[in-house]
Amino acid sequence: MKYFELIWTALFRSRTRTLLTLLSVAAAFLLFGLLDSVRVAFNSSTNVAGYDRLITSSKLSITQMLPYSLTPKVEAVPGVRKAVYAAWFGGYYRDPKDFFPNFSVGPGFFDVYPEYQIPKTQVTAFENTRTGAVVGEALAKKYGWKIGDNIPMQATIFPTGGSNTWQMTLVGIFKVTDAKREGEEKQLVFNWKYFDEANDFVKSRVGWYIVKLDDAGDATQVARAIDAISENSDHETKTQTEQAFNQAFIKQFADIGLIVTAIMAAVFFTLVLLTGNTVSQSMRERIPELAVLKTLGFSNRAVLWLVLGEAVLLLFLGGALGIGLAQVMIPSISAASGGIVSLPSIPPETWAVGFALMLAIGIAVGILPALRAMRLNIVDALANR
Amino acid sequence: MTALVSLRGLTKSYTRGPETIQVLHGIDLDIEQGDFVALMGPSGSGKTTLLNLIGGLDSPTSGEVEVGGQRIDQMNSGQLAHWRSNHVGFVFQFYNLLPVLTAQKNVELPLLLTNLSAAQRKRNAEIALELVGLKDRGKHKPKELSGGQEQRVAIARAIVSDPQLLVCDEPTGDLDRKTADEILTLLQRLNRDQGKTIIMVTHDPKAADFATHTVHLDKGDVVDAPALAAH
Repeated sequence: MKYFELIWTALFRSRTRTLLTLLSVAAAFLLFGLLDSVRVAFNSSTNVAGYDRLITSSKLSITQMLPYSLTPKVEAVPGVRKAVYAAWFGGYYRDPKDFFPNFSVGPGFFDVYPEYQIPKTQVTAFENTRTGAVVGEALAKKYGWKIGDNIPMQATIFPTGGSNTWQMTLVGIFKVTDAKREGEEKQLVFNWKYFDEANDFVKSRVGWYIVKLDDAGDATQVARAIDAISENSDHETKTQTEQAFNQAFIKQFADIGLIVTAIMAAVFFTLVLLTGNTVSQSMRERIPELAVLKTLGFSNRAVLWLVLGEAVLLLFLGGALGIGLAQVMIPSISAASGGIVSLPSIPPETWAVGFALMLAIGIAVGILPALRAMRLNIVDALANR
Repeated sequence: MTALVSLRGLTKSYTRGPETIQVLHGIDLDIEQGDFVALMGPSGSGKTTLLNLIGGLDSPTSGEVEVGGQRIDQMNSGQLAHWRSNHVGFVFQFYNLLPVLTAQKNVELPLLLTNLSAAQRKRNAEIALELVGLKDRGKHKPKELSGGQEQRVAIARAIVSDPQLLVCDEPTGDLDRKTADEILTLLQRLNRDQGKTIIMVTHDPKAADFATHTVHLDKGDVVDAPALAAH
């Protein structure tokens, strides 16, 4: 610790340069903190214990649909209060860029999602209107929709009567009170019965079941019992938490881990070059000072540690600042994801990987200047040769 | 009197590209404990090279360097570093203070290599600064000090770990006459009052007047060393 002040003052010898380098390190680790947190969230445990609402979908792939006939069997499992089915539609409004989550749902959907606030009359209208649709308030605001409006949705997977246009009537608008989940207001649901009757491809198939339990404490055994129904059939199921289901859904489109790794590899490669250059330049400017330290009796190894310590300290300061900023920003990222990514803060795993990266990059950028400092010939260095 | 520094058959050559330059040619010299020796001679005569060898900053090509009874020519770089921290203080022409540290912290630098507590290091540095007349300048950074003051801080750094030997390479080369005389008087006082053995490289005959002995070098040989050359 007695050398800390020496390292600290050397680090801030050129304040502007050090601050700019710190900012670039912080920016890289801010990006790392955000992206790696998402990666961790997408790879988090799918343990259902403690959840009172589960999702049952195909074990093989969530693109594989399940038979509608499973409904009474799932509902009959002890501990299941209600099971509601749904099926992904994947359409868009007007233009492909006007995309938002949209799917058909069975009766009782709003019973299993009590956090979606919607007037009872609108729920009744939804269940009594064959082409009825309900959207979140944010989506209604975005497109200026009001009750009674016709919404022509364009199918991308399921045509109806040879056409991609599905006529829907807006009969309800729901609100989500939890600010962290306000992204869920950007979705549209419509009647599964309409979907089942009108689509040209699949009949009596559902995408997944939303299963409400009597007691969250029974989640593990109920999940096991539901999956046992279809064991050894051509439609084996996997019952999991909603979060795990959402993550699996996103993983259809992209390998989050690979994307995060690729982006971070590029960012950290640039960081190593940039910071390595700065640390080398800083060391070159201080050659006579390092020679003075050696003259005073600092050993070669002590000088090596001083230079290496400076590089590692730079990375730790910038890195901690970056991940700290990510920690502040994470709640808003979670909110914007519409509940797909649920992160109250940076996961400990991300902090651990972050610290390991700070150490590794610190050593990588500091080792060559440190070795050069270690090998300095005092007489030549003092003479600036 | 016993010799603090004893040199026997000391040679030093450098290789610069294809050329080998012999800087010192078999120097024999004894410097007694408590001497204040001025090393003089024209540029290229080997003064600084000799000083570097005595201070353990460089190793001879051949010959013996014994300081305080220890053969430093036989030490490896780690042993030499440890030896320097305990036995020698260095004063340079351009002070060579660390610009980011205060005067006090610059003086404390050699003490970082000891087991002294932070409080003791601070206390010792204050005493050293007081000895060189800069007690009230401890919190100033080098750029806030005059050249003479910087050199005083460098001298305080050289004596803070109480070495037997001070090696000074042109300590007044960058100072005006008046300030140079103040610095030389300070070195003289350290020699007389504290018993420090001082070896000083200088071009300046007036600076050499402050020394007790003068050794003249020319082309890598001692040409005149009254009462000093080893017999």
